[in-house]
Amino acid sequence: MSDVSAAVRAAALPADQVRYVLHLADTSLVLGQQLGAWVGHAPALEEDLGLANIALDLIGQARLLLTYAGELEGRGRDEDALAFQRDAPEFANLTLAEQPNADFGHTIVRQWLIDGWQLEIYGALTTSADLRLAAIAAKALKETRYHYRFSSGWLVRLGDGTADSHHRMQRALDDLWRFTGELFAPDALELRLSAAGIAPRLGELAAAWSARIDEELKAATLARPPPQPFPWHGKAGVHSEHLSHLLAEMQQLPRAYPGARW
Amino acid sequence: MSNDWPLFEVFIRSRSGLEHKHVGSVHAADARMAIEHARDVYTRRQEGVSLWVVPSSQITASDPAEAEALFEPARDKVYRHPTFYDIPDEVKNL
Repeated sequence: MSDVSAAVRAAALPADQVRYVLHLADTSLVLGQQLGAWVGHAPALEEDLGLANIALDLIGQARLLLTYAGELEGRGRDEDALAFQRDAPEFANLTLAEQPNADFGHTIVRQWLIDGWQLEIYGALTTSADLRLAAIAAKALKETRYHYRFSSGWLVRLGDGTADSHHRMQRALDDLWRFTGELFAPDALELRLSAAGIAPRLGELAAAWSARIDEELKAATLARPPPQPFPWHGKAGVHSEHLSHLLAEMQQLPRAYPGARW
Repeated sequence: MSNDWPLFEVFIRSRSGLEHKHVGSVHAADARMAIEHARDVYTRRQEGVSLWVVPSSQITASDPAEAEALFEPARDKVYRHPTFYDIPDEVKNL
């Protein structure tokens, strides 16, 4: 943004930028960890591989982003230190990402809502003033397009499927919708970064996401729940109870055996 | 669940200019899902640039019981192999 002086940019940025990159990284990391729990349990062998592939894409995104956050921070923390040595209040993921797998319907709805969010975020970040972030987003965007194809395919298939599958998809949507208020509600940090041309303006992306969601819900014969106020602020480190359980499992080994290699 | 899904045969083109080759099969509810399953099962290590899926039920196979009648008559016709020609060194990929 040409209307922001370099001095303002430099003063506002470093801490904000670290936190913002962690927000993107943690959302991918937590969602990838959740999907990994499906390995060996998916409804079919082919779906098992499909979910594992998406999990690996997400963890790959998290690795690139965490490494970058560690470099920006300049305190010597690498991707492993950031993934395994932080506690829940330091995680900045969307609250939606940490919601439990529950059944396949919940997993698919959660995935589809976040895939749609990442499509908008990564798409906009490809033109970020932060060129490193733009390059990571360009790579992640290709992966996300496939994730969205996968999750929206299942959303329509099950929503417009049998009476039972329709009921379960609508229930999952109703359960998870309350976490969507956070997706496009910018906080002060994001407003500063979008003014500097680094982060997208969330308010401008919301309409595209919403239109895409409506189109898919229509095909899936599912009803969009009404907007709900949200008390969750995952990106500010205020999480639901589920994140601590997830981190306990994910971090147990590296914390119990510091420096362990395998 | 996958027992209820029909079988699709999967063909992969490993790179542009080469033909699609049969690599295996997947279960899927329809062709769109079959492409996704084939992608997830068979292209995880950059095996290809293009996929075909074909419902296995659409493939007509030769009868193994007829194998002798179909294939053995070719056995003693070695003159069909172009092995009696001297190939110039300059000719590649013949």
